[in-house]
Amino acid sequence: MFVAWRDLRFAKGRFALMGTVIVLITLLVGLLSGLTAGLGQQNVSAITGLSADGIAFDEPGDGEDLSYSNSTVTRDQWRRWAEAPGVTGAEPLGIATTKATAGKASAGVSAFGVQPGSSLAPGGTRIGDDAAVLSTAAAEELGTRRGDTLSLAGHELTVSAVRGEASFSHTPVVYTSLRTWQRIAPPAAEKTDAPTATVVALRTDSGADVQAVDQQAGTRTVSRDDSLSAIGSYTSENGSLQLMRGFLFAISALVIGAFFTVWTIQRSGDVAVLKALGASTGNLLRDALGQAVVLLTGGTLIGTTLAAAVGAAVSGSAVPFSLTPATVLVPAAVMIALGALGAALSIRRITSVDPLTALGSAR
Amino acid sequence: MSLHLNDVTLTYPDGDGRLTALDRVSMHVPEGSLTAVVGPSGSGKSSLLAVAATLITPDSGTVTVDGTTTAGMGRGALTELRRHKIGIVFQQPNLLPSLTAAEQLQVMAQLDGRSPGKARPRARELLDAVGLVDQADRRPHQLSGGQRQRVNIARALVNEPTVLLIDEPTSALDHERGAAVIDLITRLTHRQATATVLVTHDRAHLGAVDRIVEVQDGCLGAPRPGRLTAPRRPPGLPPPGSGPAQPRGPRAEVL
Ligand SMILES: Nc1ncnc2c1ncn2[C@@H]1O[C@H](COP(=O)(O)OP(=O)(O)OP(=O)(O)O)[C@@H](O)[C@H]1O
Ligand SMILES: [Mg+2]
Repeated sequence: MFVAWRDLRFAKGRFALMGTVIVLITLLVGLLSGLTAGLGQQNVSAITGLSADGIAFDEPGDGEDLSYSNSTVTRDQWRRWAEAPGVTGAEPLGIATTKATAGKASAGVSAFGVQPGSSLAPGGTRIGDDAAVLSTAAAEELGTRRGDTLSLAGHELTVSAVRGEASFSHTPVVYTSLRTWQRIAPPAAEKTDAPTATVVALRTDSGADVQAVDQQAGTRTVSRDDSLSAIGSYTSENGSLQLMRGFLFAISALVIGAFFTVWTIQRSGDVAVLKALGASTGNLLRDALGQAVVLLTGGTLIGTTLAAAVGAAVSGSAVPFSLTPATVLVPAAVMIALGALGAALSIRRITSVDPLTALGSAR
Repeated sequence: MSLHLNDVTLTYPDGDGRLTALDRVSMHVPEGSLTAVVGPSGSGKSSLLAVAATLITPDSGTVTVDGTTTAGMGRGALTELRRHKIGIVFQQPNLLPSLTAAEQLQVMAQLDGRSPGKARPRARELLDAVGLVDQADRRPHQLSGGQRQRVNIARALVNEPTVLLIDEPTSALDHERGAAVIDLITRLTHRQATATVLVTHDRAHLGAVDRIVEVQDGCLGAPRPGRLTAPRRPPGLPPPGSGPAQPRGPRAEVL
């Protein structure tokens, strides 16, 4: 690193410029990551928090995808799952987006209907036909506390507890009994009996033949995490944000690659001299890569710190920003890895520099 | 402790055929002696130097550096040989722009695996030998052309090479500075006991060299003793092998 360090200092203008670009891209990637995770949580945390390993949907029609908003499972379907061997838990779960009011406050909420005592809801034992458990955000928006009453789509309910951060499709969750939910949810047109629930949340052990039960019951079962794509807004939102992030990663790798390509070409004369004087190619490659990693790490560190600072500043406000090691450190690591890859590809041309060119008068 | 070229032939691809740049060239340069290679443009001087520097592998013939014959050696081994045994002084000083004069020399010691603690005094010692201690902390753009050429020479000597190869050292210098550089090379050759080859198309200043060989169309003429044609030995030139404590010749200060 003898020459590499001195080059960094000597050509500080150029490296500072490149460092700034890395800082800005990392900042952008960090913010986007936090935002993606924050938005995602608003969308799916009620599902990812379910104590279930599979979700059984009503089998969708031809060419249709699974969807939480289109699925309705009947009592019969639920029974078949509950009685199937290897299924240790089969609990109906009703989901409906509706409006809740308390006093003058009103909010769009996701009403989750569960059986009283169910483990699907936090504080499930406090749920009854006239009682609801509110997520923190729902309670906050409605300005209610334990013991207050609220009206959920016209039904008077008492707030029996305020628990958890569950959110579904960007609306806070209100847990109530399945029976209350059934009165709120619009009946499915093509079904003769009233809907029992939206999906069945399953806990299975290795003895369960999920496919066979699916066929019998006319359902389609996916894992809990795969079911997230059945939340309408989640796939498109998350997809476009991830695409942006992917592009930023690709852009940074290309920009860094371009910078080091130009830099390596510029100093190929020096490289030829060093080779002629007895520097091994491996040595020169190591130095150049070390230089790139120093630049990358420095820039990424600053960018990530800035992103974390911005994230900390906006968290708690209306901006859904999730500040966790995964949202901060993973993008930083990816930036460094991809940047180093871009740099490595451009530095490779050191290998082909001919020391013979150091002789003669023209460099 | 010398340089041997034995029956070296080198050709370059030239259209459909090959162009013979060196035609069965043999040459022996003993340690502590300076051989000047002169000849017209295109005669093969630089090719000769490149072969001796192990930068080109000849079509046939052998190069022996300090007892090691380079034929069949891999690229890594040749690089190592260059690092330990061969000093190259380039036609253009070819200094690294980000390094000070002292650091240009320290890089070489570093490449050779010497600790910075040992590299620094060695760099100073050599900069002193070429009369540049006061400029040790200057970068190339803060040095004159002649000073740069002297750093170039000092750099070639850092790892105590047994063979010193010098390409057209005076081409970018005026007459007086050119003479001083040749003088410096002569003194350092004797003092460091290197087998030195000096390539030049400029026959001026060659009074003090030990031998002069002429290249013509890739063929080497018979060597003639350089000193016989010299009008006089330059002042300050010590007898070969008389130790490092030489006073610097007056010409080094001209640069
Ligand atoms: N890489 C090459 N490919 C093809 N031919 C070459 C190459 N390098 C040199 N030659 C040819 O080989 C011959 C010898 O070239 P060389 O550079 O050794 O001459 P030189 O004596 O150093 O000349 P000058 O004094 O102009 O530097 C010339 O005819 C030249 O055109
Ligand atoms: Mg030449």
